[in-house]
Amino acid sequence: MAEIKVDCTGETCPIPLVETRKALRKAKAGDIVEVIGTHPSSKKEIPMAVKALGLELLDIQEKDGVWRIRIRR
Amino acid sequence: MADKTTIIVHSGDMDKVYSALIIANGSLAMGMEASIFFTFWGLQRLKKGALEKGPLSKMNMLGLGKLMVKLKMKKVGVASLERLLQDFKELGGKILACDMTMEIMGIKKEDLREDLISDYCAVGTYVSEARDSTITLFI
Repeated sequence: MAEIKVDCTGETCPIPLVETRKALRKAKAGDIVEVIGTHPSSKKEIPMAVKALGLELLDIQEKDGVWRIRIRR
Repeated sequence: MADKTTIIVHSGDMDKVYSALIIANGSLAMGMEASIFFTFWGLQRLKKGALEKGPLSKMNMLGLGKLMVKLKMKKVGVASLERLLQDFKELGGKILACDMTMEIMGIKKEDLREDLISDYCAVGTYVSEARDSTITLFI
């Protein structure tokens, strides 16, 4: 199973959401997508998208204004 | 009701086209379908080389206001309209062009970004898309 990293550091609305979706579309079932970013609302909204897509949210972390979200496809 | 967003882009103003593309991309990102129907001044933005050419809807000040907003957007890291449009297509969004506007304004298919346009159509297509959309907006 692959692990895909998406770096959205410095990007704002709607790019972190869009890049997450693009990565999830390319991922195969079971792959893990890790998104890193700094846009505050996206930290709340990417999990909303994960829920809407019926996928599994593995982990959310934040350190020094940089968040990291891990999703299983 | 399908989980779908249908947006009419009637305005060609830069900030309004941004609103439309952001909402449309957000819809796709959150697992919905999305269609954008470009009509009147909005359709002008689908002409070749015209996407970023719209004025600001308020305080354009002969382009000076737009320039200031664009500089600020760049600083904040806002994506270009072109990037948003390409992302919209990549995520499966549908772009519809109003053929009546094309007739009124003498726009030919070859004047438009044909590679992006899924269909050339009229109100019937909009209504059939919108009637089973949970979100529909006129911008």
